Amino acid sequence: MKPVAAIVFKDIAIEYKNREAFTSMLLFGLLVVVVFSFAFEGSDRRSLAPGMLWVAYAFAGILGLNRSLNMEIDNDCLQGLLLSPLSRGDLYLGKVAGNLVFTLIAELVILPFFVILNNLTFDIVLLWIVGITLLGTLGFVAIGTTLSLISAQTRMKEVLLPVLQIPMTFPVILSAVQATALVMSEDSSGVSFPLSVLGIFSTVYIAASYFVFEYIVEE
Amino acid sequence: MLSRILGIASVVGIIVALYFALVFAPTEQTMGILQRVFYFHLPQAILSYIAAFLLGFGSLMYLATRDLKWDRFAYCNAELGVLFTATTLITGMIWGRLAWNVWWAGDARTNLELILGLLYVGYLMLRAYLPEREKRARLSTVFGFLAVLDVPINYGAIYWWETQHPKPVLGPRGGGADPEIKIAIYVSLLVFSIVYAWLLTKRLGVARLEDEVGALEASVEAS
Repeated sequence: MKPVAAIVFKDIAIEYKNREAFTSMLLFGLLVVVVFSFAFEGSDRRSLAPGMLWVAYAFAGILGLNRSLNMEIDNDCLQGLLLSPLSRGDLYLGKVAGNLVFTLIAELVILPFFVILNNLTFDIVLLWIVGITLLGTLGFVAIGTTLSLISAQTRMKEVLLPVLQIPMTFPVILSAVQATALVMSEDSSGVSFPLSVLGIFSTVYIAASYFVFEYIVEE
Repeated sequence: MLSRILGIASVVGIIVALYFALVFAPTEQTMGILQRVFYFHLPQAILSYIAAFLLGFGSLMYLATRDLKWDRFAYCNAELGVLFTATTLITGMIWGRLAWNVWWAGDARTNLELILGLLYVGYLMLRAYLPEREKRARLSTVFGFLAVLDVPINYGAIYWWETQHPKPVLGPRGGGADPEIKIAIYVSLLVFSIVYAWLLTKRLGVARLEDEVGALEASVEAS
């Protein structure tokens, strides 16, 4: 567990210094929410809101993932990490934990703006949405960390990540939107199903990436 | 030799399948003549999933053996996957326009097929931007493996939603289709599998040549 924590602290320290990934994620996510709230002026906001929120989260998340892994590739920092005494799997878990922290903070700042711009209410439902955000983001980041390290090694770099990430995280986005829509509606009885899909997705991809990560960083 | 046998079998088979689909099978009562598109739609849909399975298998074998043969196998199946998801979607849309009066019903299985197609395209895109041969094989294999894991989860995530796609007609839970319709379906499934196998052997041959040319070019540059 110690090497994982070390990587998370390293990422937090770098982010605290330059605040690049966090600021860009936050601003971009807010802009998506603002554009949506203008574009859908006059239509039924409550039914559009869940989709809006998760599109903003997904786009902002991709931005942050690109930043986090390109940072390692650009200055050959990855070489240093690979030479240090930690397993490839631990390196993966550390990067996932770091990405999860930044993405979650950005998302939790976006959420109140989203509520205000769409004239929703601050009540207990918001706690549910925070829970869904947590679970959905875990799945999104679990596969996203692997895919961004793959795309960072191509000629296209960051441009390629959305092409790989969006189809792959389709179950996450779909289930998170459905879960959010259910908790926002009167009857939230069916919410356990999309939540379990989110749980299964995260478990499968954390386990699979943990084992295949060494093939990605191999020299 | 194998490729030639498969090629002849494909040509003959297509004619036989056309006969079974258009002449032998009775016209279905509720759907009428439109139902006949189904003899092409279903086999292609099944094969588009078999392509995903073979892509996953090829990827795992490459990771285990590091033999480029398996990378080519995975790659060629992904290309055929794009082809078969495209034809499945096109035949499905023709059906949907006439049966439900919409091109795209946003139905669960339709969306699933589209996502599958997008995963294949992502895999091919990734390969296109990795010029180095070994790296291309290694990274795209990892992506192929992860993408195939996505298929059952997608299926679970989507299947929960109400689907207006016609229920399966084959298998244990299949609605009682006319025996002649069933025979026509099986014939067409067999024929399209042969076509798939033929395209795969042809494509594998081309891919091997591509690799040989690539290796020769590299050795010329090195000298």
